[in-house]
Amino acid sequence: MIGMALPLSWLLYNWALAVDEGFNLGYLTSLGFHQLTANPIEYTNRFLGDWALRFLLASLAVTPLARIFKFNQLVAYRRMIGLWAFAYVSIHLSSYIVLDQFFDWGEIWGDILKRNFITLGMISFTLLIPMAFTSTKGWIKRLGAKVWKRIHKAIYVVAPLASAHYFMMAKGNQLDPKIYIGIVAVLLGIRVWFYYQDKTKAANRKAAA
Amino acid sequence: MLIKTKKPWDLSENEVTPEALYLNRRKIIQGFGVAAAAAVISPFLGWQKAIAAPDFTVIKKTNYAGDEELNSYKDITTYNNYYEFGTSKSDPARNAHTLITEPWSVKVSGEAEKTGSIALEDLIDFNALEERIYRHRCVETWSMVMPWVGVPLAAVLKKFNPTSNAKFVRFETIADPKQMPGLRSRVLDWPYTEGLRIDEAMHPLSFMVVGLYGKPIPNQNGAPIRLVVPWKYGFKSIKSIVSIRFQETQPVGSWEENNSREYGFYSNVNPDVDHPRWSQKRERRIGEFFKRKTLMFNGYGEEVASLYTGMDLQKNF
Repeated sequence: MIGMALPLSWLLYNWALAVDEGFNLGYLTSLGFHQLTANPIEYTNRFLGDWALRFLLASLAVTPLARIFKFNQLVAYRRMIGLWAFAYVSIHLSSYIVLDQFFDWGEIWGDILKRNFITLGMISFTLLIPMAFTSTKGWIKRLGAKVWKRIHKAIYVVAPLASAHYFMMAKGNQLDPKIYIGIVAVLLGIRVWFYYQDKTKAANRKAAA
Repeated sequence: MLIKTKKPWDLSENEVTPEALYLNRRKIIQGFGVAAAAAVISPFLGWQKAIAAPDFTVIKKTNYAGDEELNSYKDITTYNNYYEFGTSKSDPARNAHTLITEPWSVKVSGEAEKTGSIALEDLIDFNALEERIYRHRCVETWSMVMPWVGVPLAAVLKKFNPTSNAKFVRFETIADPKQMPGLRSRVLDWPYTEGLRIDEAMHPLSFMVVGLYGKPIPNQNGAPIRLVVPWKYGFKSIKSIVSIRFQETQPVGSWEENNSREYGFYSNVNPDVDHPRWSQKRERRIGEFFKRKTLMFNGYGEEVASLYTGMDLQKNF
């Protein structure tokens, strides 16, 4: 689980190098050059977006993997993976607001309305908030399993929206975003398949009884 | 603020590009010098050629970017869009060393009296090289200031005596999968193609570039010969040119073909016409934190606006 902090740690380490280089402080020169390219702000946005999407898909993969490999302990990690994904999404959004636009709310609002990929990104983030907020055991009790589950089904909407957000951001006919869309399709498709499998099993049991 | 009594390039020669600009302009390379910094990393980045090559002799130096700071050699040569070598900004610097730039020839065809294949040495008059400092504005809303070495595009094109049917010029980039790993992925319909109206191509600011920072241009920046049209978005400035065709019909560039709603034929830098993905009002100059306002025609309106008199630039974006 702590491994999910690695990309963020790497990013912060490189920002320390970049600041040291940029302001010519010389404290970290011996550690080498930063890897954030000549445009660290753009690099940071994309890096955080990539990892946010990867962890979102990882959280979506837990249930099918646990079922296919009959490895139920895996489900115990689902909440932490989801929360890490939310953390990366939040930092991704903050980096856009603070580093890229520097609180220019007019521009940000314009982007949300006019740039379709940013519209989708914001919808995805909004849908994730109630999920992250109600992630504790206390909230499951308070809401009841049925309502709680319904809130958390938003991931089935967020995952396609988030990968579409990436697809629409990428210029030209690039392969990477299509791979993410393919993974989402498989992870959602497999659930549909499970659903019908369960239904037939239940029907068979009824018929046998 | 834009009213000028004296054009920036009316500065006397010695005022332009002081040596300090080359060696010490950016803090990042302070105390190093470009060559020394590059020498350390060059095995990884394919800069050997640029380092080993002799300096070009230029007949004049002109600054077309006012008092704006030059971007460092490192910034210019490690942050590139050159999808034939990969789609991330750092891919070209890593991968472009496989491009073979010697010998190089360009196929000239179409509506001109003289056509055929011409060697680079015959295409470019290496005794007439100039240095020009231009702003470079990418459609992705970042920008740099770069010292290019080259000759006016008009001087190159006039060699072929284009006929009165030559209304447009179409350029093509080399597309050899053996030399360019990015071609395996059909991000665009290769070869990369771009075009200009003949009067745009003949405009004195259109520049055919063979060098950067006084040296032969690195592969990732479009070696051995590329276009630089400073009032248009960067993707119009096609790299590693192998074909020049004079034609009567308006050519369709690779990006326009990929998505004509987003990329128009003209693609003049214009803060009032948004790209569907990016507001073009402002830009981030590489090396700066706060965005700066994007200038109409990238600040070259005084020189080029007359090319578009009477045209609706919202429609002809």
